Amino acid sequence: MSAALDIKPYVDVRDRGGSAQPMLIVRDLKRHFRVKGAGKGAVVRAVDGISFTLFKGETLGVVGESGCGKSTLARVLLHLVEPDSGELVFDGDAVAAPDGISVAELRRQVQMVFQDSYSSLNPRMPVQDSVAFGPMVNGRSKSESRRLAQEILIKVGLRPDLFGPRYPHELSGGQKQRVNIARALAMNPRMVILDEAVSALDKSVEAQVLNLLRELKRTLNLTYLFISHDLNVVRYISDRVLVMYLGQVVELGPASLVFSEARHPYTQALLGSRLSMDARQRVDAPPLVGDPPSPINPPSGCRFRTRCPNAEGVCEAKMPELGAWDGRDSHVAACHMQDPASGHSKAGLH
Amino acid sequence: MDGGIASLPLLHVDGLSVDFVTREATVHAVSDATFNLKPGEVLCLLGESGSGKSVTLRALMRLLPEKRARIAGKVTLGGRDVLALQGNALRSFRGGTVAMIFQEPMTALDPVYTIGQHLMEAIRRHKGGSRAEARKRAIELLDLVKIPSPERRIDAYPHELSGGLRQRAMIALALSCGPQLLLADEPTTALDATVQIQVLVLLRRLQKELGMSTIFVTHDLGVAAEIADRVAVMYAGRIIEEGPVDDVLRAPLHPYTAGLLASTVHDQSPDQDIAAIPGSPPDLRRLPPGCSFAPRCAKALPACNDGFPHPTYPVADRMVRCWRALPL
Repeated sequence: MSAALDIKPYVDVRDRGGSAQPMLIVRDLKRHFRVKGAGKGAVVRAVDGISFTLFKGETLGVVGESGCGKSTLARVLLHLVEPDSGELVFDGDAVAAPDGISVAELRRQVQMVFQDSYSSLNPRMPVQDSVAFGPMVNGRSKSESRRLAQEILIKVGLRPDLFGPRYPHELSGGQKQRVNIARALAMNPRMVILDEAVSALDKSVEAQVLNLLRELKRTLNLTYLFISHDLNVVRYISDRVLVMYLGQVVELGPASLVFSEARHPYTQALLGSRLSMDARQRVDAPPLVGDPPSPINPPSGCRFRTRCPNAEGVCEAKMPELGAWDGRDSHVAACHMQDPASGHSKAGLH
Repeated sequence: MDGGIASLPLLHVDGLSVDFVTREATVHAVSDATFNLKPGEVLCLLGESGSGKSVTLRALMRLLPEKRARIAGKVTLGGRDVLALQGNALRSFRGGTVAMIFQEPMTALDPVYTIGQHLMEAIRRHKGGSRAEARKRAIELLDLVKIPSPERRIDAYPHELSGGLRQRAMIALALSCGPQLLLADEPTTALDATVQIQVLVLLRRLQKELGMSTIFVTHDLGVAAEIADRVAVMYAGRIIEEGPVDDVLRAPLHPYTAGLLASTVHDQSPDQDIAAIPGSPPDLRRLPPGCSFAPRCAKALPACNDGFPHPTYPVADRMVRCWRALPL
C-alpha cells in the first residue's frame, strides 16, 4: 500500500458538522448603545443588522474606519457585549440557546487577541503564568498547564526559559503580542478573533507577527476573523473580506475580487485612499471629502450617500440590500447601482 | 557648488545628539544627526518607534526639558543659533519662525478654549493687531485649510469637531504666524485612511503655496512617498540613510531601509511569507559598540561590530552609514 494512506487527515473531535458546515453563521446581529447628552433618544447603531458566514479554515478580513463598529462586532460575537438581537450559530449550534452551545463553551473554542498588547496582559503575572492561566481555570493541573504554556511559548517563537519568567513590562511590543497569541492558543481554540492585533506594532515587527499567524493557522487548523483598518494587511492575510460602514456590511467577497473589482463606492474610495509607496504615483485628489459621519443618527437610506459621488434620490429613500450570497465565491455589495431594479440611473452598468 | 541663494540651506543641523539622563541610565535618544534643509523643501524623518525621530523634532523646536535632556551639536536656522536662544527670543522663535503640528490634535489643543481663541491668541502674540483683525485673520486661516463654514466653526470647541477637522484646525494654528519652518510629528497617523489622504494632499498644497520648509516625521513609507522631497531614515537614534525620496524608496543603500521596504505589507503575494527583519531594535540605554543594526543585519561583516560607520556618499546627493557601502 502507498504511504499516502498512513497520513491521516487532521480530525478534531469538536468538529461536528464537517468541513462543509460553516464555523460561524451570523444573522441580523444588532447592538445599539444609548448615549447621554446627545439629544433625546440618541443611539449609536454600532452593529446594525450584520449577517455573514465564516467558513472553517478561512481567514475573513473585516475592514472599516474608526467608529464603523468592527470592534463592537468582535465583542458581540463572543458575548463580551450582549447583542440586542440576532442569531449566532457556531458549528451548527445556536449560541446561548437552550439546546445550543453555552457562552462559556463558545469562549473556550473561540479566543480573541486585542490591539493593545500591554493592557491585555496582567502586569503582575509572569507571562508563563498568564499563558497557563486559561488551561488551569479550565480544569487542568498546575504542572500540566505549566508544561502546556512552555510548549506554546515555543510555538510563538519565545524561548520559555528566557521569556517565561519575565513580566509584561520586560518585553517589547512584538514579544507581548506573541504572548497574547500564546495565551489565546493555550485554550486550543478552533477560531481566533484578531482585533487590530498587529496595528500597534512597528512595520518590521508586524511582518514577523503576520508570518507567525499564518504559520499557526496552517499547523493548528485555525479559522481567523481578522479585524483591521489596514487594507494592505487585510489583503495579504485574508481569503475573504467584509467591508463595514456605520454598523453595516457594505461589501463582502473573496479578497482578490474585492481588491481588484470593488463594487461598492465606499470600498472603491477606501482603496483609492491607500498610499502608493511610490513617489512618482502620488494621489492628486482625495477620493472622498470630509470625515465619516457620526454613528449617532446615521443618514436615512444608504448610509454612505452623504459622501457618495453617485448618490441619487433612491439612495435617500431606500436602504440598499447586501443581496444573497451562497458560498465562498460570492461577491456582493449593498449598493443600488448593483441592483438593476433599484431605479438608480447607473444601476446594472457594472 | 553655487546654485544661487535658493539652494542655501535654511536649516543646518550638525552633529545633533540628545541624551536623557536619569539616575539609573543614560538613554541615547539621538546620536550625531546631521542634515540640511533648503527653503521650500520637505524632509521626512522616517523610522520606527524609539528611533529618535520625534526627539529630533522636539530638539529643533527647543521643546525638550532642559534639566533632563543633554543636547549637543549645532542647529542653525536662517543664520541663527537655535540652541542658544533664550527668553523672549525663544518665545518668538516658537510659533513665529518655527511651528509644529502634533499627532493627536485632541490632546494638543486646549479643551476649554475655542478654535478661534487658540488662533487669535497666537496671531496677536506674534503679529499684534486688534481682536477684530485677529478674528478676521483666523477665519481666513480656517478657510485656507478647507474647514467648511469657518465663520461658524471658529467658535467651536475642539471636542465639537471631528478628527479630520481638528487636525485641520491645528494646521491653521501652525500656519497662523507664517513660519519659515513647519515641523509635523506624525500628523496623519491618528486619522482614518480616507481622511489621512485629504490632510496629506492639503499639507502638500499649502506647503507649495506658502513655500515653507517642512520636516515631517512618520513611520509610514507611504506617507513619505506621498509628501517628501527627501527622506532621512533613522534607526536607534542615528540617521543611517538620506537622499531624494524616489531614489531611497526605489534603491535603498542601507540594509535596514531595504528591510523596512520588504517588511511593509504592500501587494505581496498571499502565498508567501513577508520578508521580516528578525529581532527587535536595540535598547537605547545600551547601544552596541558597532553599527546598531548589525545584530539584525543579514549582510553584517565582522567589521560592523567595531565602530559605527561614518557617513559616506556612494551616489551623488545620497548619504549612507554602512560599512558595506564603502569600497572594500
